[in-house]
Amino acid sequence: MSDIIRVENLGKKYIIGHQTENGRYVALRDVLMRNAKNLWNKTKDLVSGKPIIQGDTTEEVWALKDVNFEIKRGEAVGVIGRNGAGKSTLLKILSRITEPTTGRVTIKGRVASLLEVGTGFHPELTGRENIYLNGTILGMSRVEIKRKFDEIVAFAEVDKYLDTPVKMYSSGMYVRLAFAVAAHLEPEILVVDEVLAVGDAEFQKKCLGKMDDVAHQGRTVLFVSHNMGAIDVLCEKTIFFDQGKVIDFDQTQEIISSYLSSIQRDSKVALISRKDRGGTGVAIISDVHIAGVDGSPLKQVISGQKCSIIMEYESRIKLINPTFKFTIYNSFGQPLLHFDSSLCDKPLQITNNKGCVGCSIKKLPLAKGSYRMNVSIEDSGQLLDHLIGAYTFNVVDGNFYGTGRNIVGLKEICLTDQDWSLVENDKLTRKG
Amino acid sequence: MNEIIIEPGRTEKNYWTDLWRYRELFIILSWRDLAVRYKQTIIGILWAIIRPLLTMIVFTVMFGRVAKLPSDGHAPYALMVFAAMLPWMLFSNSLSEASNSLIGNANLISKVYFPRMIVPSATIITALVDFLISFVILVAMMIYYQFMPGWHILFIPFFIILALLASFGPGLWITALNVKYRDFRYVIPFIVQFGLYISPVGFSSNVVPENWRLLYSLNPMVGVIDGFRWCILGGNSPLYLPGFLLSMAIIVFFLWLGVTRFRKMEKTFADII
Repeated sequence: MSDIIRVENLGKKYIIGHQTENGRYVALRDVLMRNAKNLWNKTKDLVSGKPIIQGDTTEEVWALKDVNFEIKRGEAVGVIGRNGAGKSTLLKILSRITEPTTGRVTIKGRVASLLEVGTGFHPELTGRENIYLNGTILGMSRVEIKRKFDEIVAFAEVDKYLDTPVKMYSSGMYVRLAFAVAAHLEPEILVVDEVLAVGDAEFQKKCLGKMDDVAHQGRTVLFVSHNMGAIDVLCEKTIFFDQGKVIDFDQTQEIISSYLSSIQRDSKVALISRKDRGGTGVAIISDVHIAGVDGSPLKQVISGQKCSIIMEYESRIKLINPTFKFTIYNSFGQPLLHFDSSLCDKPLQITNNKGCVGCSIKKLPLAKGSYRMNVSIEDSGQLLDHLIGAYTFNVVDGNFYGTGRNIVGLKEICLTDQDWSLVENDKLTRKG
Repeated sequence: MNEIIIEPGRTEKNYWTDLWRYRELFIILSWRDLAVRYKQTIIGILWAIIRPLLTMIVFTVMFGRVAKLPSDGHAPYALMVFAAMLPWMLFSNSLSEASNSLIGNANLISKVYFPRMIVPSATIITALVDFLISFVILVAMMIYYQFMPGWHILFIPFFIILALLASFGPGLWITALNVKYRDFRYVIPFIVQFGLYISPVGFSSNVVPENWRLLYSLNPMVGVIDGFRWCILGGNSPLYLPGFLLSMAIIVFFLWLGVTRFRKMEKTFADII
């Protein structure tokens, strides 16, 4: 088999100016002001005989550096890594959205990239119109779309609403339609970024199935995801990125376990100094730990114990309507429990820009094993901070059921109270 | 099997062939802009009619009646104003649409590859359709004044293209700058308004003193507007050739400037938008 994608010494450099902190773009006003200030400073330096310092305080950041790998025809390859590891930059280069700074990529065949579902969808246009619009944007020709039109509509299950503007669609329908268009691209190479994070579980399954089909038709799939389960199902091989470099490229199983253990290692680093954060960063989570009834941090958590998850935050602005979330995963990366402060009745009344919030759990419903936690803060729907593997902890056997007995043979699972009794029901016995 | 090679500076080489390959995207994007604009059919079309019509009436009253400026030859003043209003509206609409186009399509730019020049050029089609709608008013006015155009009218497509090119150059430059400096968009309404006063829309360029006319033609729209009047009013509005050639040169210069600036900044659009 021949290489379909060959990446050699690929690098991408971004220059980050330290004066443009509040966004990626600059205002002309600021530039004029800064230039005027620089000119003044330079004149001052010149007059007082000091050497002139050129330029602003800028920093070079290599989002990707010395990346090399080869992908063979028909392979489905997963890409994993933390926030800011360079995965998105790689996909952007492969889909030619941005140019690399160094190196070269050779691709044999047509690439379709799906960095977002429904790119270019216009809310005022109908479903039918948006299929044509989105299809063309993704690189299909008019003839091609026409040929696959019925198939797309059937896959999306929106045939009744074809002539309704998509602004009237439910979010589920919207995503289905968007994915349906993308799924019917027939490229030699399909590049997919985290699109499965949207949509309901059943549709996600359908999408995974469709992508699996694509991979089995001899097409090449490059799939970025935080969902280890999806990567495991879909990809034979996986690339592990960290800090812009390829750490490892091997069989998926091996990569996932080394990725998870690296997350575990990382959680020993003080949380506040972690750089691999998602979100705007206006507010960050500076510490996470589990505390016992008396409020002191627990060294060891016992199954069924009453405890609290404590999150410390620091914010640069006043938080208006913040939502704190965390998800507990087992060591295979499967989510087990999810907590969300917006789900409870009482909103959090936050007045300080620095403080602690706690979520109390009456009986920790986890069997023995090791777990890790992803945490995030949102404010009014905007993601402020998101950390993968913010905290890891071990649970030991305890007295969850009040009997002193514990589950044997299974670990890292969820527990719930159970009541057993004999069911004496005539209908049931007759049926049997 | 077509082979794609991605390396620094590569897109540079096959840019113009790519532009041709993505022509369907150009068509669909201009179709989208039009569809969205005329979805609320009545308002969309009315807007294209009311705006030039009202401005024309105000200008005719102010410059023709109050200031008593002369018209071109025997042409009715209102007709002379409207013959200039059409290219001016075409120019200003296409300039402002093109200037805001990249920011308006930021989600496309950051998620899909295509030659970026497609975005500003597709918006021009909307301005062109608005122009064609307003053109109907001109025809109605000519019937009302019983004004018969001469053979010059055949040259009108040439001047339409000229007006579009005049807006495309600066439009490309501004839209590229707009990506980098977000407050640059405030410059556009100013340019459009200022331009209306320094272009011969409300008055004939014949009222400009002879020895200033060449200087006046440094404004590229002077050449375009004079050309339009020449097409529509015929012999009443003879073309001032040196000025027209100068305007043409300025248009070409701005087009070159716009394209080169745009191409230079284009590579970083996805990173900063």
